[in-house]
Amino acid sequence: MGSAIPREKLLTMYRKMVLIRRFEERAGQQYGLGKIAGFCHLYIGQEAVVVGAVEATRPDDFMLTGYRDHGHALARDAHAGMVMAELFGRTGGYSKGKGGSMHLFDIEHYFYGGYGIVGGQIPLAAGMAFASRYRNDDRITLCFFGDAAANQGSFHETLNMASKWKLPVLYICENNRYGMGTAFERVSAESEIYKRAPAYDMRGEVVDGMDVREVYELIKDCAGEVRSKKKPVLVEARTYRYRGHSMADPATYRTKGEVEQYRHNDPIPKLREQILKDKSAGEQELDRIDAEVKKVVDEAIRFADQSPEPSLDELWVDTIVEPGEPDVRPRERVLGVQVDWPSFPSGQELKVTWELEPKEKATKKTG
Amino acid sequence: MAEMMYREALNQALAEEMARDANVLLMGEEVGLYDGAFKVSNGLLTRFGSARVVDTPISELGFCGIGVGAAMVGLRPVVELMTWNFALLAIDQILNNAAKLRHMSGGQLRCPIVFRGPAGAGGRLSSQHSQEFDVVYSHFPGIKVVAPATPRDAKGLLKSAIRDDNPVVMFEGERLYAIKGEVPDGELLVPIGKAEVKREGRDVSIITWSRMYYFCEQAAAELEKEGIRAEILDLRSLRPMDEEAILNTVKKTNRAVVVEEGWPHGGFGAQVVDTIQSKAFDYLDAPVRRVTGLDVNMSYAANLENAIQPDAPRIIQAVKNVMYREEA
Repeated sequence: MGSAIPREKLLTMYRKMVLIRRFEERAGQQYGLGKIAGFCHLYIGQEAVVVGAVEATRPDDFMLTGYRDHGHALARDAHAGMVMAELFGRTGGYSKGKGGSMHLFDIEHYFYGGYGIVGGQIPLAAGMAFASRYRNDDRITLCFFGDAAANQGSFHETLNMASKWKLPVLYICENNRYGMGTAFERVSAESEIYKRAPAYDMRGEVVDGMDVREVYELIKDCAGEVRSKKKPVLVEARTYRYRGHSMADPATYRTKGEVEQYRHNDPIPKLREQILKDKSAGEQELDRIDAEVKKVVDEAIRFADQSPEPSLDELWVDTIVEPGEPDVRPRERVLGVQVDWPSFPSGQELKVTWELEPKEKATKKTG
Repeated sequence: MAEMMYREALNQALAEEMARDANVLLMGEEVGLYDGAFKVSNGLLTRFGSARVVDTPISELGFCGIGVGAAMVGLRPVVELMTWNFALLAIDQILNNAAKLRHMSGGQLRCPIVFRGPAGAGGRLSSQHSQEFDVVYSHFPGIKVVAPATPRDAKGLLKSAIRDDNPVVMFEGERLYAIKGEVPDGELLVPIGKAEVKREGRDVSIITWSRMYYFCEQAAAELEKEGIRAEILDLRSLRPMDEEAILNTVKKTNRAVVVEEGWPHGGFGAQVVDTIQSKAFDYLDAPVRRVTGLDVNMSYAANLENAIQPDAPRIIQAVKNVMYREEA
């Protein structure tokens, strides 16, 4: 792959991947200290997938994923301290500590969440893309999910409708080879996931998810097609998680050799070497990024430590929306800063011009 | 005031709300070209086009989730389930996503969506197609649940549901669609969470909702001949439940019978009884009685099906029991 990616972009990708790596290492450590509980699914090893995809698309494209979601929020520029505070179950978290590790939402940055049921977000993404078509705007939806989700009914039902209705949604399967402890090929008749796309008349692609430049190039191409042709595309990114499924998993179902092999293929040193080789930046500049990231993560821990537990009054809000009640804007609530918030046309402003089905097909036969 | 069928009242509600608000759309199986499996969406495809009246494949999980996703970013979908029995395939999207988005996001998201369709016995359909889900959905925080009995309430509650910023589940009935009733002309909004006294009385309270209301009216007419004046409270909404109205009628009559189509074990009626015993115990002159469907799967045979469902004679018997008129 050539060096067509601009220098600034490469450095941003490097910074975000290092940020996710350091954040997750520290999250794992904080779990060990008992500050994080419940399920905590680390993204270590998979950083190139979300970072490449986010950098290849627009910051106002809708995005959502499953429960291995810390990296996705950070890639979308969520406040690292507020993400950590959510993991700590503190009021300074994005969901006031109500969602935890699996349910990060940063709507200001068009990140529509982390979902805890495998594949449950796949139809939601098609619905968001449906709304973009319905309003005739050119936003696309990025939907991440794991390999195991490709065996859920939600995957098959949704791909069928998304393709038939020409919905602008880009499905990115992060194939880390294991659904919890079960190797994907042990339970899958067709273990090459991208090959499932043609069954739904969709373009399917596979990419080395351990190489951020390859992810970036492919997603840029696919996202362009989704946006201009208004049709869904399925991308399978082959990746690997270095840690267990969650913090509770010692990962005895894979060999040491296998993990070692992937560690030699680590996406972060790989990008660093490429940057140095291309002379896009020198050692010093990359070291400075490393040091800055370390400070951000240190500060995130401090921020989360200092954030109080949510008040018990919080039990009784955020379940039902009361009339006139506004939506909560987390950075405004926690940091006191003014934020831009997604807004959509009212039902009085909107004119729907989209014909989902050609008129002749959606009309009654007479006689 | 016009007399119309329940299905026509629902059709009016949909047409009015879709004309008023371009973010409102209808999706589901057979809602478009077929004009609705029960003709609720009659004529809407021609009027509003195929992006706003969407014929879906038979993929309940998929299209319910697509509706939820659309609602998360500003649309106001109405998702029609051909029957609520089929929503068992989609319940993850309704209860794990729609009902929890506000909470999981810490108040960042809202999900204004309506899931509606017929529930209960449709008539000779056996066990997979004859179920009530009152207690299943109303058990969960984060959604509202309505179950209108009359055309007027069906129209007014559907319009309120579409305008509500929360997910709303609406139970209609295969045997309600052809029922006729008066529907006021002009704008009609029935508030969610408000019960209605449909018949005034002072001797006993009959508390019910949805199709059982009509059996309660039959029973009350019979009882009146014997000098027993029953008050009928139609809950209309199951979540939020109008606790005040329940307590008011019980405090007035001091006796109560709760009538529901569904099964007795953990049924929604048990929640009504608990409200009465915990908050109006001192007003009661007799233990509260429940009339429910029998605790068995629905059968196809006509006599078995009839025996399973509550009817006026069983309601009359329960009323007499709480009035100590007869041996139970």
